[in-house]
Amino acid sequence: MSVPQIEILAIAMITAAGCALVGVFLMLRRLAMLADAISHAILPGIVVAFFLTEDLASPWLVIAAAATGVLTVALVELLSRTRRLKEDAAMGLVFPAMFSIGIVLITRYAGNVHLDVDAVLLGELAFAPFDRFEPGGHDLGPRHLWLMGTITLINLALVMLFFKELKLATFDPGLAASLGLAPVVIHYGLMTMVSVTAVGAFDAVGLVLVVALMVGPPAAAYLLTDRLSVLLGLSVLLGALSAALGFGLAIWLDASIAGCIAVGVGVVFLVVFLAAPGRGLVAELRRRKSQRWEFAQVMLAIHLLQHEGTPAEAEESRVDHLHGKEVGWTAEFTRRVVAGAVRRGLVERDAERLHLTELGRVEAGRALSGTAT
Amino acid sequence: MSIDDKAPAVRVTDLTVAYRHRPVLWDIDLDVPAGKLMAIMGPNGAGKTTLIKAILGLVPAAAGRVEIHGKSYVENRHLVGYVPQRGSVDWDFPTTVLDVVMMGRYGALGWIKRPGKREREQAVVALEKVGMADFQGRQISQLSGGQQQRVFLARALVQDAQVYFMDEPFQGVDARTELAIVDLLKELREQGRTVVVVHHDLQTVQDYFDWIMLLNVRRIASGSVSEKFTEDNLRLAYGGRVDFLQRKAPADPGPDETGDMRGYGRIRP
Repeated sequence: MSVPQIEILAIAMITAAGCALVGVFLMLRRLAMLADAISHAILPGIVVAFFLTEDLASPWLVIAAAATGVLTVALVELLSRTRRLKEDAAMGLVFPAMFSIGIVLITRYAGNVHLDVDAVLLGELAFAPFDRFEPGGHDLGPRHLWLMGTITLINLALVMLFFKELKLATFDPGLAASLGLAPVVIHYGLMTMVSVTAVGAFDAVGLVLVVALMVGPPAAAYLLTDRLSVLLGLSVLLGALSAALGFGLAIWLDASIAGCIAVGVGVVFLVVFLAAPGRGLVAELRRRKSQRWEFAQVMLAIHLLQHEGTPAEAEESRVDHLHGKEVGWTAEFTRRVVAGAVRRGLVERDAERLHLTELGRVEAGRALSGTAT
Repeated sequence: MSIDDKAPAVRVTDLTVAYRHRPVLWDIDLDVPAGKLMAIMGPNGAGKTTLIKAILGLVPAAAGRVEIHGKSYVENRHLVGYVPQRGSVDWDFPTTVLDVVMMGRYGALGWIKRPGKREREQAVVALEKVGMADFQGRQISQLSGGQQQRVFLARALVQDAQVYFMDEPFQGVDARTELAIVDLLKELREQGRTVVVVHHDLQTVQDYFDWIMLLNVRRIASGSVSEKFTEDNLRLAYGGRVDFLQRKAPADPGPDETGDMRGYGRIRP
């Protein structure tokens, strides 16, 4: 890999990590859509600050964007508090309005400069290595690497420092407030972090990818753990992995890097969604299947128990009776259930006759009493 | 602990809460003496939860003042424990039983400081008290309703508060858990603490509580259960549903209270 490629990869992975850290809390607060809203709504802030400073690298852009992001959240809350419309509708009204103001400003006044609509949506990751950080003439690497590195480190420091406060304010804001741990302050602090992260990321990777990186990796990690600290770590890892995967795909296909990373996020999520132990789709199907067999085995044990010691026992406990008219199992199904029940030690097989073992009697009794209560 | 013994545990004066222009609580005055176990009762929409939230500063009051042991809520926040409604939190949150209980110590810890060994030990002791010690490593989504309530109660215990506010701690728990919770509340009272509970079951008021407030936007009555839990007051609080209430009110002896009668006359939200 060439040096610019390594630089691009580093920017992508660090951006993914920074986005994942705030994304986890957005997801847990059921505000994943706010990642979308904020990352788009900060655009007018960026554009206005750009007009004033004429410099895309100015820190004023970050500050203006953060302010616009917080303003967006406040507007959404203000609207939904009127109870004339729901919060999601309020979000859907505010963020396109803000975004379109940004778009109008760009196309009217800045159409021929560095800031254009395509760059805003999809970023210019491929050109990021040309934009250097050169304080006093020394080349210290790509500017975006420094910018996103700083933002990601700040996110990490804040999450570690205020881990307990973020956790409580997210899980139980009522208790947090009664304890004096200001959940409202935490909420707006988090929204500021989201805005700053989004503006730092937007001109490198574009708005679409910001949303993907804030929502995808945390959603995937959520299927893998039930500890908040592990969730944060895994989200960062999966985010970085998605970025690396997407970058490789982009080189292979010679396609848009941001687009491919978004695909990478989707692929990583899909793999986790299918294969996660415990909560994945495959594990769920397998569990259901084994439950079906276990249930059939217990059903067999109960059947034998019901007829134990009755005149009909000899007839009822024959294997061929099970796939006869009364029980109605197929021959193949019966064979597998009987084999499974023998393996589990619930029944013993004596040619065509089945006998309940002591364990089988206990299991059948437990199942019956379970349904009774 | 330096607590003003002469002041009531909770004093609410002229508290009014309104959502927009619709009053939810009108001019509430309330004194709860220290060491009482008090039920807040009233029909749906009477403002029971809002009263607790307003006392804790969780909803803004249009007027009025709240004192906890003689000082403002903010000054005496450390004396207060809060058990919100079980349904108010997301039980799929990625955390364990022990972790949730430790959250009760966050107020005492203050900002930034992390819970440590001491908080862990306090949480384990509290879990033992509510009979949930075996569940400490459990993910909270795996708990039943009664177990969730016990965890919330353990979290309140580690707050080591003088005044507790509990919003429907009996909501959706089985009879055994309800009795275990009641024992715990009585134990808190014996230690001189004050417990204020939003309660629904008219049947059990006299067994569980010694103090009561009947509420329906305005305060209908408050005082000892023996004096204030009367048919007239219930009629005032619950309005039209008098026929239904007559059988429960102590003025009318009614049918014997057998085990089968438990829960009969429960007013559901």
